[in-house]
Amino acid sequence: MHFGPHLLLAALEGLVTSAVLALTALGLSLVFGVMRIVNVAHGEFFMLGAVLAWAISTAISGHPAIGFAAALVIAPLLVGLIAFLAEWLVLRRLNYNPESTIVATIGMLYIIQQLALTFYGPEARPVEPPFSYRILLPWFGYSGYKLSVVAASAILLVVTWLVLTRTRIGLIMRATQYDRETAQAFGIPVERVYAGVFAIGAMLAAIAAVLIVPISQAHYLMGQDPLLLSFIVVIIGGLGSLRGTVVAAVLIGLSDGIVSMFFSPTLAKIIATLAVAMVLVFRPQGLFGTTPR
Amino acid sequence: MADKNGFFDLSRTTLSRRTALKGIAAGAGLALAPGFVRYSQAQSSAPIKIGFQSHRTGIGAAYGRWYEKTSAAAVKAINDAGGIGGRQVELVIEDDGTDPARGAEVVNKFAKQHKTDIVFGTLFSHVVIGSAPAAGENKIPYFVVSEGHHVASTKLNRYVFQPGITDVKSQIQSMAPWIAANAGKKVTQIFPDFAFGYDHRDYLPPALKAQGADVIAQIAIPPTESSFTKYFPQIPAETEVIYHVMVGPAVLTFVKELGEFYGSQRPQLFGFMDSLEAVDINSPGLEFLDGSHFWEGSPRYAQPDDSAAQKAYRAAVGIDDNGAAVGDAKDISTASHMFGCWETLYVVKKAMEDAGYKGPEDRAKLVEATEALKEFAEGPEHPQGPKTFNGKIHQCFGIQNISKVEGGKLKVVHKTKIEDGLYEPEGDYTTQAL
Amino acid sequence: MTDVSPAKAYALHILVVALLFVLNFALPDYHQGLFARIMTLAVFAMGYNLLFGYVGLLSLGHAMFFSAGLYGAGLTVYHLGWGVPEAFVAGVVCGAMLALVIGLLALRTSGVAFMIVTMMFAQVFYLLILYFAAWTGGDQGLVIQQASRVVTVGGALFDLTDPTVRYMSALALFAVVLLITLALVRSRFGRVLVAIRENEERTKMLGYDTGANKLAAVVASGAVCAASGAAYALLFGYVGSSFASVQYSILPLLWVLLGGAATTLGPLVGTLFMYYVTDITSGFTSAYLLIVGVALILLVLFFPKGVLGSIRQRWLGWLP
Repeated sequence: MHFGPHLLLAALEGLVTSAVLALTALGLSLVFGVMRIVNVAHGEFFMLGAVLAWAISTAISGHPAIGFAAALVIAPLLVGLIAFLAEWLVLRRLNYNPESTIVATIGMLYIIQQLALTFYGPEARPVEPPFSYRILLPWFGYSGYKLSVVAASAILLVVTWLVLTRTRIGLIMRATQYDRETAQAFGIPVERVYAGVFAIGAMLAAIAAVLIVPISQAHYLMGQDPLLLSFIVVIIGGLGSLRGTVVAAVLIGLSDGIVSMFFSPTLAKIIATLAVAMVLVFRPQGLFGTTPR
Repeated sequence: MADKNGFFDLSRTTLSRRTALKGIAAGAGLALAPGFVRYSQAQSSAPIKIGFQSHRTGIGAAYGRWYEKTSAAAVKAINDAGGIGGRQVELVIEDDGTDPARGAEVVNKFAKQHKTDIVFGTLFSHVVIGSAPAAGENKIPYFVVSEGHHVASTKLNRYVFQPGITDVKSQIQSMAPWIAANAGKKVTQIFPDFAFGYDHRDYLPPALKAQGADVIAQIAIPPTESSFTKYFPQIPAETEVIYHVMVGPAVLTFVKELGEFYGSQRPQLFGFMDSLEAVDINSPGLEFLDGSHFWEGSPRYAQPDDSAAQKAYRAAVGIDDNGAAVGDAKDISTASHMFGCWETLYVVKKAMEDAGYKGPEDRAKLVEATEALKEFAEGPEHPQGPKTFNGKIHQCFGIQNISKVEGGKLKVVHKTKIEDGLYEPEGDYTTQAL
Repeated sequence: MTDVSPAKAYALHILVVALLFVLNFALPDYHQGLFARIMTLAVFAMGYNLLFGYVGLLSLGHAMFFSAGLYGAGLTVYHLGWGVPEAFVAGVVCGAMLALVIGLLALRTSGVAFMIVTMMFAQVFYLLILYFAAWTGGDQGLVIQQASRVVTVGGALFDLTDPTVRYMSALALFAVVLLITLALVRSRFGRVLVAIRENEERTKMLGYDTGANKLAAVVASGAVCAASGAAYALLFGYVGSSFASVQYSILPLLWVLLGGAATTLGPLVGTLFMYYVTDITSGFTSAYLLIVGVALILLVLFFPKGVLGSIRQRWLGWLP
């Protein structure tokens, strides 16, 4: 295929990756930014979203769009509830001590993964997309659903941005992130904010997974890659910066597709990972973050 | 006190705590009543314990389940017919997490704690390679059902055998004549960028060349990749056949995206059933495979010319005519691989009976008896087909199936001959000491 | 840590080593083998503890140091036919050199960025192993034949695959590293490291070159972890890319946290605990990871300083 169309295809694919990555990473960034903890189980909330989407969409018969729509609403809520419980039962009692949280979230990772294996099984199972429309370009065909994922993600990101910047809840969250003690002094129920943020972070990951699951399949180990990539995005984009997260997600998603045009995939990954590491070595606050206070 | 047991003798080749214990035991035995009768007389009715190293968790988990089902069915059939040498067979199962390090620990556990007679059943190549040293050190025969070429490469050790399933080099070689004659002469290979894929990358080109066909492009895809569209532009326009062996949870995505990319104007497709084991061929998104061909180890769907042995095997394991579990049409089996468990267990039976196997002290005799085996006839013990066995490289050779996706089923259109898959041995395990 | 006489500290550690020595003869075969593995990996945990417990730097990339030792030893035996002692040294040197390079780069960051950077470098290392699969065996790995794993000392030939020889070799390595660690943390260097952990700025103001000290700690940590990896390759005969995956970066963190960070014996306790919890629970359910997960959460809720850390805090304040 000629270079131009190849580049277009790589760019389209990169956009889809970025779309899903931006949502997942945003969830992590919120948790990271507001609560200052590392949630190693974030990828498992992603996986849960996909697995629950499969369960809901197979339980509802009829046109796939109905099942998918139901999954899009119900799965994130369920995952949010699970995250809320985890935070309330475990993380709160640890006083969000960084090291203890890592161990606790590793424990959560094992538990969630194992429960998924026991109840969902080891197979990868498909979920029907709400619609199948093949867009025919002169050089190749492309899935219409994939483009809708990009659109849906963009809408969700805008909505999140609006909530964060224009609503009171968003203001409270940003205040808590900026300075916890002062926020508390102003009467903000920091503990409840933390619980809410943790739940929202998980929900964002779950929604991203529901969007992607008709393209890839639901599998109990699918949370591992998104976790790694989300971390990269969050750090590159800068802690607590929504704009940074989105820009970094787009950069990383696009580069993944385009770099692999020129190099063998493994070599491409090596170069990309090394580049990310070097960015961090020489600019630890990421692209948009402020140096930590 | 004189150093009777050579505790402090540094010229001894091994520090043996066995010696210490034996010395103590001997002393104790002398002090005990002389009427102490050893268990050996009653040993012949003790069960034969087979340590089953299963992938219950990890990436191999989907296979592990079916391997266990098939093995349990084979053991039941063997026991119902009287067992091995009159002794009943017992499977002891441990999970290796599809991890090489844990695999080695499990082999140790079988040898030292459960004290099984042999270890059996591992599938994933890297786990076999990681576990093999432990089998060699414990001097415990290790019968794998892996399909990898590692056993036959003679790079493992003399205790590892693969007598129940053919290896991938042999399979690829057998496919070449049919592909060149029926699918096309310009082949593009798409494979995962790890060991299983490398086997296909390395063995197909020479095999095709010998048949007058060519591999014009090879596309390696990282195994963790979840989206494949960006690789398709690398497929040359003059490709006549796309040879695909993608494995892992993302296979459905691969096929779906291939369909979206090409639409109805596509090259011929040839794949390996490894891609779709335990996956329903009628899953949404797989319509693109209609009319394409696959290698199958053993046919998933019941064929009109199935032998009585094949029918009995299917009934015993509990799969219906569509290759799914009886009673659960959604539970698709791993038919192309699991027969290896059945056949391997029967090979173990034959070898143990040939060797007059009584217990772990006869393991060396068991190895030699297995190496002496030459062929296995098609029948209830080998329902997949006839096989020959090369005792020097510890690998069996058999027939392969090529099936076509038609009407929502897989129909066998060609069976290869054993000779199609033979290759020059790379070494000789029998020269190694036991 | 309250001050304790050297005699008491060393006596405790020598007692532990002696206990392990005796266990070789008392343990049943299977557990003897398991202990050999545990001791080798406890060295890995001790190397990690040096950096994490004493300097306070949380790295998520230590799999690369372990693997540097693993492959340094394994490849020299497999491709170059080297003997065991030379291969072991090669492994340790590889690890130290890698740690020097990584340290120079990664120490420019701190906190979470340090975590991510070390994780990324480890990922690059893992991918390089896959990329050069022709030499490293890639994900399948390489088998080091039994015949290569022998050591000649004086006139006697020791076969590393013999269970007792293997146990004693692992114990020897463990004992050496344990005592070196003890000496190190009690030395001036060790105290500077702890000072850096507690308050780096103040330590700098007191005139210590914190950069050089931290780098030395990274190199020491890398060398010890590589020693563990090299020993693992030579004692157990398999090198493979799975040891360079992120799982082997998380495991030492887990072992150290469980046993008690900044305690010398904590790593052994943590490794022992994890191995046996997994081994015992996998005996009666395939969902053993679930139980491990629950155990981790319970442990971190009620014993956040790890087993030995909690013991030190509540009862034995003198525990090193």
